[in-house]
Amino acid sequence: MAVTRRTAFAATIGLALAWSAGAEAADPIKIAFIDPLSGPFATTGESGLRSFEFAAETLVNAKGGVLDGRMFEIVPLDNKISPKESLIQLKRAISDGINYVVQGNSSGVANALTDAIEKHNKRNPDQRVLFLNYSAVDPALTNDKCNFWHFRFDANADIKMDALTDAIGERSEIKKVYIIGQDYSFGKAVAAAAVRMLAEKRPDIEIVGNELHPIGKVKDFTPYATKIKASGAQAVITGNWGADMVGLGKAIIEAGVDSPIYTYYGAHDGITATFGPLGEGIIRSVREGTLNPPTPEFKALDDAFKAKYPDNDINQPRIFNTIAMLAKAIEAAGTTDPVKVAYALEGMEYDTIMGGKVWMRPSDHQAIQDVHISVHTNKNIVVDADNSGYGLANEKTVPMAGKDSPTSCQMERPNAA
Amino acid sequence: MSVNQSTTTGATADGVEPAWKRVADEQMRRGAFSRTLPVWGAAVVILMIMPLVFPSAVAVTIMNQMGISIVFALSYNMLLGQGGMLSFGHAVYFGLGGFLSVHVMNSVEYDGWWLPLPLLPLVGGLFGLAFAIPIGGFSTRRAGTVFAMISLGVGELVAACSIIFVAFFGGEEGVSGDRTMGPPVFGFEFLSEVEVYYLTAGVVLVAALFMYLFSRTPAGRMANAVRDNEERAEFVGYSQRYVRFVSFCASGFFAGMAGGLFAINYEILTEENLNLVTSGWVLLMAFIGGVGFFVGPIVGAIVLTLLQTVLSNHTELWQLYVGILFVLTVMYAPRGLTGLVAMHGPALRSGRLGPLVAAYGVALVPLVAFLAGAILLLEMGNVANQSVVGESEAHVFGLSLDVSTAPPWLVAAVLAVGGAYALARLAPRLRDAFGRATGAAGGAP
Amino acid sequence: MTELVIFSLLNGLVTGLLLFMLSSGLTLIFSMMGVLNFAHASFYMLGAYFAYTISTYVGFWPGLVIAPLLVGVAGALVERYGLRHVHRHGHVAELIFTFGLAFLIEEIVQFFWGKATKDYSAPEILQFPLFTLYGQNFPAYKAFMILISVGIFIGLFTVLSRSRVGLIIQAAITHPHTVSNLGHNVPLVFMGVFGVGSALAGLAGVIAGPALGTFPGMAFVLGSIVFVVIVVGGLGSLAGAFVASLLIGWLQTFAIALDWSVNDLLALLGVSFDADHALRDLWTLSLPQVAPILPYILLILILIFRPTGLMGKRET
Repeated sequence: MAVTRRTAFAATIGLALAWSAGAEAADPIKIAFIDPLSGPFATTGESGLRSFEFAAETLVNAKGGVLDGRMFEIVPLDNKISPKESLIQLKRAISDGINYVVQGNSSGVANALTDAIEKHNKRNPDQRVLFLNYSAVDPALTNDKCNFWHFRFDANADIKMDALTDAIGERSEIKKVYIIGQDYSFGKAVAAAAVRMLAEKRPDIEIVGNELHPIGKVKDFTPYATKIKASGAQAVITGNWGADMVGLGKAIIEAGVDSPIYTYYGAHDGITATFGPLGEGIIRSVREGTLNPPTPEFKALDDAFKAKYPDNDINQPRIFNTIAMLAKAIEAAGTTDPVKVAYALEGMEYDTIMGGKVWMRPSDHQAIQDVHISVHTNKNIVVDADNSGYGLANEKTVPMAGKDSPTSCQMERPNAA
Repeated sequence: MSVNQSTTTGATADGVEPAWKRVADEQMRRGAFSRTLPVWGAAVVILMIMPLVFPSAVAVTIMNQMGISIVFALSYNMLLGQGGMLSFGHAVYFGLGGFLSVHVMNSVEYDGWWLPLPLLPLVGGLFGLAFAIPIGGFSTRRAGTVFAMISLGVGELVAACSIIFVAFFGGEEGVSGDRTMGPPVFGFEFLSEVEVYYLTAGVVLVAALFMYLFSRTPAGRMANAVRDNEERAEFVGYSQRYVRFVSFCASGFFAGMAGGLFAINYEILTEENLNLVTSGWVLLMAFIGGVGFFVGPIVGAIVLTLLQTVLSNHTELWQLYVGILFVLTVMYAPRGLTGLVAMHGPALRSGRLGPLVAAYGVALVPLVAFLAGAILLLEMGNVANQSVVGESEAHVFGLSLDVSTAPPWLVAAVLAVGGAYALARLAPRLRDAFGRATGAAGGAP
Repeated sequence: MTELVIFSLLNGLVTGLLLFMLSSGLTLIFSMMGVLNFAHASFYMLGAYFAYTISTYVGFWPGLVIAPLLVGVAGALVERYGLRHVHRHGHVAELIFTFGLAFLIEEIVQFFWGKATKDYSAPEILQFPLFTLYGQNFPAYKAFMILISVGIFIGLFTVLSRSRVGLIIQAAITHPHTVSNLGHNVPLVFMGVFGVGSALAGLAGVIAGPALGTFPGMAFVLGSIVFVVIVVGGLGSLAGAFVASLLIGWLQTFAIALDWSVNDLLALLGVSFDADHALRDLWTLSLPQVAPILPYILLILILIFRPTGLMGKRET
């Protein structure tokens, strides 16, 4: 017994010596990061968190912060990708006096958050919160469900589809297209947009299949691949992500399809490594921010990031735009008051590190930016993905995609004073 | 554990019940309602003052979540604890009750229905009941494995439907509403979390009271009898199927009520509210708390909500800890946390608790050492396994440990092994002390 | 159409045989011990992960043998130190125990291997299209999966019907006490059967990992389907499990292949609905959309109308 107690004491001393006293800057500006940090989607959440921390460190804090020395501090809050947990974490952020919330994984969570934040801001005008959405692309968020407090920094599903159908439209040899996606709001939005836009741009294209499969429940995609192959499709469009993306892509290629597969999320987070040589020249991704060839600034940023996090990629460049634009808006407003910062963000133009511009459209708070179609390859890759030697090479750029796209958003604006 | 005797086919369950268990069961069954009145009174007082003790917004939110979980877990216990029915799909009634509550909430807002908010959980309950009646109609024919399988199938079906039928379930975004659109109740509009807390607390109290009273009705008592021995209950003239059906419907009603509470608190219902994960959680809550006791699920709901909302902020391994806790409970404390406390009841009454507490006090030191060591090992192991190359610091108990060096590992290993060894050495003495205190020769299992 | 039918038959066969590898072990365990093992698919996942780790050191083939053995040992240990302890509390307690175990194994796998999908792939030698029909490839690896599964089926059948151990197992299923009185160590037989059942699941994981992906959710995706198989086939019947495995394999593949929807059916009847109807989702429901829930509908129908399952002798 005595031994144990003495050991415990020694341990306490030893541990106390290892204590790291983090130097805390005076009165930092806290940003709540509400995304999955445990459970099946934790990898995606952690990768986003690292980008945010790195962006805050390099773009803001290393340059002396904002408003004469106030630093950005990212506060990670695990939402387990559940809307319920997200709302609890939102409450936690609010009781810590946080005014800025960033979130990106799952449009379902984003919908729950934007709804809750709008109600909260209405009910508590002295404790308002801004919602900076860096990844949830459900078009509804900047249309029917838009509100003044929500800003989206990624191109939404419709804008991406616009760019994607432009790319397909240019390839006159494609006559038959197969659309397949996960059976939920995003998958349906992708399918509807694809059908609508292909009919406008290339009425001669026949849609040989338009299919939804249950999300996250399909063990084996071979039956779908069989159907796709049998349909004679010359191009496949899918909004699948995660394991559903890998499973579908592998099955299609293994069935002998060598026509292009246009994806929203067919790269990074282990997907590029898994496709490897199999996906060469077949998998294409539509995204904001081009990786190859990179701008010198981005190459430098990526090198610094890789030095710190060798196992991660900068796969969501919009995170850097989010932080930089927030810092710029706070400087412009001269205060951290959410209403004033929101007004400063509206209509802001920002030159990104990736090259190209971002414009925060005031009518619906949708960021308008260049959208790129890239192909999965190992040729001419400077910035690769998953350290696999494979990466995304730019094939086509649509400048300021969706600049004039319609929106049904009608937001109530608070008094700026 | 008597819960399971109904389905035991091969070997019989443990032949002789230990004394502490007999006494505890006896207490549970005996005694008029009036004797529990002080407990209910204390509950009212505690519920009243909680927001004053923990006034922060996040604390109130967590307490609201606890309230919802308490009603849900209690309703689950009506199946498992009182009726011997193991369900893998109880979230169905919770979720459907909640979804319909939100739709009603929206009708209040847009169609001008008149419904004060405090009545909404009742609406949710009625919808839960409405679904429980047809499903219970065919699933309660048998208890045990058949019931468990059907509940699993129904759970999968409804969860799948929630994604397919977008008009009703709202797809991935779910359905949201606004609780403040109803008529004010005594001037309250339910804008703030604290107002919602008092509403939730009131509903929890009423629901718990009625569930308690249900367990004292002839139907509730017969559910116990059927659980313990189907044939014997049939001989007394009760149709076991009918008794199970009644329990099932009542359970569906209260689950729907919890769903209604959820709708009020979060103003949004999504697919996660009726999927298998939620069904699994309620099983965990009820079982870890203790299915053999009325208060068991309440304890479980509080503990697991805390683990989920507080522990998860400190470690990403929290689900691993919950898993370990659950498996240990099933193996070594099948009557749950409440059972662990209740088995000391006889010692307390006979005034022999003192020596036992002293024995526990001695064991506390190695126990804490063992837990600290094990947790350190797990957390450091996690960092060593998962983290990126640049990061080698594990943050545990407010300490930053460099996992690329040996000393933290050695300290943790010594703590864990030393603690475990000392505990193993102490175990016979503890068993002995427990046996002497409770008067049973063999001691606890 | 012929193309679709041929390939759907083949795909369904692969899925069905894979399901059988899992359900055969589960059925054996259930018939002997009366335990519905919720964690069975978790052993399948362990098999895939063990094999992945082994393959990173010495390649695919050693993993094919070593990984199932390791899983078998893990299974035997779980039976000896976990399940046997809970057994005296009855079958519901056992079911709860295996449920908790499934939860725990998923967490343990994430602890050791992380959350991302592992890059576990088929050996180079099997990475070619075995044959091409109507322009579609049939991968050689799928044929390999069929081969292994059929081999297991034949081996299992031979052992159970011809060998001494098989006879003891068959006897222990029906008359555990008599077997015990004859001097056989029944607890040891139980432990062995649980280990072998787990090893079979592990083997299924080893060969399914490269084809279906190796990730922490792989057990959850397959877990309840295996339950459906053994209940539909009839609890305790190996032949029933075989039939039900193939049935469900083909049910799911053909449901995906055939694009029938409620709308088509209504159109045949001359009925049509407008797109804004409250029940619109019901009219547009198509067979591929509901494919994954068909097994559960089948499960509920079987439990209501034929509780013994297709080929079972005893009630569930």
